[in-house]
Parts: sequence; C-alpha cells; structure tokens
Amino acid sequence: MIRVAWLILRKDLTVEVRSKEIVYTTLFFAVSCVLVFAFALVREGRGPEDGAAGILWIAVMFAGNLALGRTFERERQSETLRALLLAPASRPAVYVGKLLGILVLLFGAELLLIPLVALLFQARLLAHPFWLVAIMATGTVGFAAVGTLFAAMLVRARSRDVLLPVLLYPITVPVIIAGVRGTATLLQPELDGGIIRFWLALLVTFDVVFVTLALWTFEAVMTD
Amino acid sequence: MSPSIPPGSSASLGAGLDFDHVTVDDVSRHFGRRRAVAHVSFVAARGSIIGLLGPNGAGKSTLLAMLATLLRPSGGSIRYGTMQATGAPPALRGRIGVLGHDLFLYPELTARENLGFFAGLYGRRDADAAARAALTRAGLADRGDDLVASFSRGMRQRVALERALIHEPRLVLLDEPFTGLDEASTAALVARLRGLRESGAAIVLATHDLDVADGLLDEAIFLRDGRMVESLSRPEGLRTAYRRAMTGPIRS
Repeated sequence: MIRVAWLILRKDLTVEVRSKEIVYTTLFFAVSCVLVFAFALVREGRGPEDGAAGILWIAVMFAGNLALGRTFERERQSETLRALLLAPASRPAVYVGKLLGILVLLFGAELLLIPLVALLFQARLLAHPFWLVAIMATGTVGFAAVGTLFAAMLVRARSRDVLLPVLLYPITVPVIIAGVRGTATLLQPELDGGIIRFWLALLVTFDVVFVTLALWTFEAVMTD
Repeated sequence: MSPSIPPGSSASLGAGLDFDHVTVDDVSRHFGRRRAVAHVSFVAARGSIIGLLGPNGAGKSTLLAMLATLLRPSGGSIRYGTMQATGAPPALRGRIGVLGHDLFLYPELTARENLGFFAGLYGRRDADAAARAALTRAGLADRGDDLVASFSRGMRQRVALERALIHEPRLVLLDEPFTGLDEASTAALVARLRGLRESGAAIVLATHDLDVADGLLDEAIFLRDGRMVESLSRPEGLRTAYRRAMTGPIRS
C-alpha cells in the first residue's frame, strides 16, 4: 500500500509542479477570501476577537473544496482514474495516494494563509507554533479525508461542482468547529492546556473515524 | 514479433494468477432498467483475437468493462481460467491490460514518466528499464522525455498501447484502438496485435473498423442492442457478415 500511495503522490506532485493550476487557483481564491474579510472586519488595525480563527478555517475550507474538485477533474478529463482502478493495487492505496496529494497542497496553502491572517488581523496565531501545527494538521486531515472520498465518488456526476460542497460541508462541520475553537483557544492571552488538548483529542477522533470509514468504503464506492 | 509469454513469466503483480482462457458465460448487465448487455457467451483462448462488432450502444464497451473487472455482471459469470471474476483478488487485474478509447495517459507527464508510473503501479520492480523497453517498442525512444501533450494522436496511441502491455498481461482488452489513426499507425498496431497473439495473449477488441478487422480476427462476435446476434470463426468478408447480422433476426 505504501509503495502505491507514494507512486500516486509523486505523480500528482509532478503533474502539479508542471501545470501549477491547482496551486495558483487555490491560493488566489484563499488569499482573496482573507483579504475580503480583512477589509470588512478589521477596524483600526484590530479584527473581531477570535475572528482570525474562523476566517483562517473558512479560507482553508474553500481552498480545499477547490483543490479536491480540480484534482479529480484532472483524473476525469484523461480518464486516468479508470487506469488507477484497473491497476492490481488495492483501492484503499489509491485513496491514500490521492489524500496525501490533497494534504500537501492544503498544508502548502496554510503556510501562506497563517502568516497572512496573523498579519491582517493582528492575531497571535504564531504564539504557540506546536499547538497551532497540531490543530491545523488534524483538522486538515479530517476535512481532506472526507473530501477525497466524496470527490472520487462524484467524479462522474454531472453536477459534481455543486454536489461536492453540498455534501462535504455538512459532514465536516464538526471538524471545522473543533478546528475553529481549537485555533481560537490559541489566541487567548493565557493558554488553557486542558481546553486545547480537548479540541485536539476531538480532532484526532474525527480523523480516525473519517479515515477508517473512507478506507473501508472506497473499494465499494469506486466499483460499478 | 513480441517475445513469447510463458505462464508466470511476468515480474508484475498477479504473475501467480495465470490463466489460458477467459470464459464469458451468459453475461448480462443492466443499468437501472436499461439493458446494456444480455446473455452474451464466448471463450477467449490464449493466442487468439476476438472481435466485438456492432453499432454504437451495442454493449461492446460495457462487455469490455466487465472483462476488465471494472463492472460486475448483473447476471451470468466471467471466469479467468477457473477463477471467478467476482471475489477475485486485486492481483488478477495485474494479468489484464486495457487500452480504452480514452488513452489513460497524463498529458503533463513525459512518455517515460507515464510508462514508468504505470510499470511501478503494476508492481514492476524494473520500472525504469520496462519504460525504456516500451519506448523502444513504440518507436519513440528519442521522444521519451517529451510531454505526452506534445504528441500526435498516433504517437499517444502507441504509448498508450505500451502502457497497457507494460506488465505483460494474459488478457488484452482494446476499445476502438484504430480510431483516429493514419494508415501507417494502423498497420503498426495490427502488426503489434499479431505479435501479441503469437506470444500467447488472449485479445478482445471492440471496433467499428471492419476493413482493418477483416483477416485479423480469429472470431467475430456481432452485438446488437446488447445481444449477441451471431459469431463467426476465422471470419472473411466481415462487411457482408456485419450487414447480415445487423438486419437479420436475433438468435436466441
């Protein structure tokens, strides 16, 4: 499984490095989103309390939705998803490979978004880098785990661009809420270790449940 | 001519799952209430080329998708040697090569990268060497580092055929392989298919191109509205037989 996942990840990254299509579109969209919120909400250099956490996660969600759609659209256009499914590799390995590709793109987007939000909203996002990385990583994994499954499922649906967010956002709301609350906790002047550990544990639980369910159902979803 | 493929010779995944024939036994497939394939039976033995002939919507591609294990039959069974398709391990797919109407190539990758990726995916440990050999067979050794996006349809088709064969499959499935090819590319593809037949592969191809198929096929299966209306061994004069099959009664 690891070998196949690595092959698919490496292939996806090579394709993206050549085309830069997803990187440019997701970053442009996510940065625009943050800028619009900054213009609307920041007064005299200060944003609303905890607002930075919500805006960061909204930008990640929108960027993720775009990246998921484009990644599978690319496989659909050249019918290469069929070729992946025809290979003797286990279908969960194909899922893991695609999931890792999405995660690399989203983590890359977050590397730009976090300092941008911190700067525009004067938020103390970088005050606790370890906890921030833990919250962002677990939240992103939970969101991308469900998103990768749904994007693969919808690849042949005519209204896939509409259906993906309609299905994805309601199911990932618990992950996003936990991510926003966990990130907001980091913005407080005094860090409450108990609360941050609670949100992190919740996110890890979501990750385990979502990834397990996706691995379990991917074979059935992609056959027929 | 391609080298012969003795059973179990492949270095790819599924090498232990060899079979010398594929049996399609009374296979049907429905999509909701629509019947795509109904009660089709034939045997594809090693060293033979079976042609699926019929108009658009006759069920050729659906039949190929079932043979490729991408679709499950709604009725009947497909057996690879003695192994049932239903419940077969993923490694079985390592013995099947598919060239679809879409070529299954990444246009943003070079021909070498495409072939190397699929060689790796099919478990070839010597993926780079396999890609190099495939490029030579395709006559594209000097274009291996060019992006597939820059290739003509004929060149892409040659790369796609080598992609489908890179793991030395026992069963080769081709969907409209002659579409969009010029005369020289068609002749090269026909020669490659004859070589594969001599090397012991079972080949099932769906085509509209009766002139090319004439003299190439060991068995022609005529499909109409998902039903098998006629089958001919060593067919000659396919155009006449096709006209007869498409206008005559459907055999029960």
